[in-house]
Amino acid sequence: MTALAPRPMRTQPKRRNIIPQLFLGALLVYFLIPFWWIVVNSSKDASGLFGGGSALWFADNVDYIGNLTELFTYNGGIYLRWISNSALYALTGGVGATVLSVLAGYGFAKYRFGGRRFAFSLLLGAVMVPLTALVIPTFIMLSQLQLTNTVWAVILPSLLSPFGVYLMTVYTRDAVPDELLDAARVDGAGELRTFVQVALPLMRPAIVTVLLLSIVATWNNYFLPLAMLSDSKLYPVTVGIGLWQSLASANNGGGTSLWSLIIIGSLVSIIPLVIAFLSLQRYWQGGLSLGSLK
Amino acid sequence: MTIKAESPALATPIVRRKPSPTQARARRRHSIVGWLFVAPFGVIFLVFLIGPLAYAFYLSLFKKALIGGTQFVLFDNYLKAFTDQSFLDGVWFVLRFSIVLIPLQMIISLLIALVLDAVVTRFTRFSRLMIFLPYAIPAVIGAIMWGFLYSKNFGPLGEIFGMFDATAPDLLSKQLIFFGLLNVVTWQWAGYYMIILFSALQGIDPTLYEAARIDGANTWQIALRIKVPLISNALLLILVFALIGTLQFFSEPQVLKFLAAGSIGPDFTPNMYAYQQAFALANFNYGSAISFALGIVVFICVYVFLFLTRKRGSFLS
Repeated sequence: MTALAPRPMRTQPKRRNIIPQLFLGALLVYFLIPFWWIVVNSSKDASGLFGGGSALWFADNVDYIGNLTELFTYNGGIYLRWISNSALYALTGGVGATVLSVLAGYGFAKYRFGGRRFAFSLLLGAVMVPLTALVIPTFIMLSQLQLTNTVWAVILPSLLSPFGVYLMTVYTRDAVPDELLDAARVDGAGELRTFVQVALPLMRPAIVTVLLLSIVATWNNYFLPLAMLSDSKLYPVTVGIGLWQSLASANNGGGTSLWSLIIIGSLVSIIPLVIAFLSLQRYWQGGLSLGSLK
Repeated sequence: MTIKAESPALATPIVRRKPSPTQARARRRHSIVGWLFVAPFGVIFLVFLIGPLAYAFYLSLFKKALIGGTQFVLFDNYLKAFTDQSFLDGVWFVLRFSIVLIPLQMIISLLIALVLDAVVTRFTRFSRLMIFLPYAIPAVIGAIMWGFLYSKNFGPLGEIFGMFDATAPDLLSKQLIFFGLLNVVTWQWAGYYMIILFSALQGIDPTLYEAARIDGANTWQIALRIKVPLISNALLLILVFALIGTLQFFSEPQVLKFLAAGSIGPDFTPNMYAYQQAFALANFNYGSAISFALGIVVFICVYVFLFLTRKRGSFLS
C-alpha cells in the first residue's frame, strides 16, 4: 500500500510551518481538554469536586487510590463486572463479526457464484440502513425467543457488520490476485487450503482494520445493550455508567458520592481502548481509509 | 493501492468456449464454494437485518387497543407518526442538526488533514494521534465528560468567563443545548474523519505537486485544485457516514438529558422517541412503526444522495 510508504522529504522553508503548527496546537488543547479534566478530577473526593476549587487543577487532596478502591468495591464490585462484560461482548462480537466479514468478503471477491450481484447490492443497501433502527424490532423478536436479558441478545446482533463485509470485499478484490489462487489450485491445494494459506496472509491489513472497527463499535455500543438487558449484572460499562449518572442526577445532593465514582469509572473505562489504539496505530492508520480508496 | 485491479474479463478463470462435462462440474463446484464462504454472514444478515426489518414492518401494521386486543390497522401507525408533533419535531431536529454539523465537521477535518499532510514534524505526527483519540471513547463517556465540562457545578466555564467578568454560557440550557451537542459530536468524530482524509491524501502521487509547482501554483492552489478533488471519494464516504450517524442520534442526548434537566425531552430525536414508546410505554407497535419509518427515511436520503453524486469508481459502482 502506498499510503504506508515513507514519502520523499519535502524542502520547505522552516519558518512557514509555524502558523499551521500553532493552529494545530490550539486544536490539540481543545481535543485534549476533556481528557485533562477527567484525569484531574478523578483524583478528587466529593468535597474536592463541589468545594469550589479550580475545575482544571488538582484539589489539595489527591487520592486516586482511594477513589479506585471505592470504584472497585462499590456495590459488591459491580464495576469490575461491567468491565468484564464489555470485554466479553467486544471480543466475541468483534472477533465473530470479523470472521464472518473475512469469509464473506473473500467469497464475494473471488467467486463468481449465481446471485452474487444481487446479494452484493443487497449488502450495499444494508450499509445504508441505520443499525439502531433495528434495535427495537430485534428486541421484540428476541423476546419471543426468551433471549432478551441474556448475553446472546447483545452478542448475536453485534455479529452483523455489513460495512465490514464491504471493506473486506473491496480490499480482497485488489490485494489477492486470481493468478495466485489459480496457481495454488493447479498445485493441488483445495479451496479451503488456498484460502487459509494463500489469501488470508494477503488480507491481513484489512482484517486488522475490520477487527479494530468492530471491537470499538461493540465496546462503545449503548442503545443495543440498554434495550436488551434489564439485569444490571449483565450491563456493559457504557450502560452501567449511564445508570450511575441517571441515579446521581435524580437525587441531587444525596448522590454526591456517586459523582466521583462516575468520573473515575469513565477514566478507567477509556484506558483499554486508548492503549489499544496507541499501540496498534501502525495497522489502523492506513486501514481506515480502505473503503474510500477504491 | 499499488496492486492494479484486473478487469472482470481477466478475473474469470472459466473458459467460455465449449464447456465440457468436467468444466461444467468445476464451475458448479466453484459456485457452491462461493456460497459456502458467504453463507455464515448470510445467515446473520437474514436473521438480524432482514428479519427485524420485516418483523418491524409487520408489527407496525397493527395496533394494541385496550378493548378488542390487537387489530390490523394497515398504515394508521404511519399516518399517526407523520402527524405526531413529537415525531416530527424529532425529525426536524436531526435534520437541522445534520445540516449544521456535517459541513462543520467536514471543514474541520479537511483543514486538519491538509495541514498534517503538508507539514511533517514530530509535533504534527503527535497531534494526528491525539486528535484521533476521541474516536476511541464511547459516545456515552464522551457525552458525560463534556456534560461535566458544561455543568455549573464541575465545569471550568464559570472560572474562565469569570476572569473576563462575563457570565458563562449554559450549554445545557434549552436555548444552547443544540450547540452543546454539536460540540460533543464534532469532538468525537472529527479525528476519525480526519484520519480517513489524511490517508487518502497520503495516497496521492507527490509528483503531481511538483508538476503544479513548476507551473507556478502555490500551496493553497495545490490544496484546493489538486488535493481536494483527488480525495472527493473519501469526502463523500465521510459525508455518508456522518449523515447515517446523525439521523440516528441517540446516545449523547439520552445521556445528557439527565444533566441537562428540562432541555432534552424524551422525544428529542426520533430514536429516543421510539425507545420511549417501546420501553417506557410498552407501545411496541407504534415504536416499530417509528423505527421502520426512520430506517426507510435514512435509507432513501442516503441512496438519493449517492445517486445524485455518483460517478465512475465511487461507492455504488
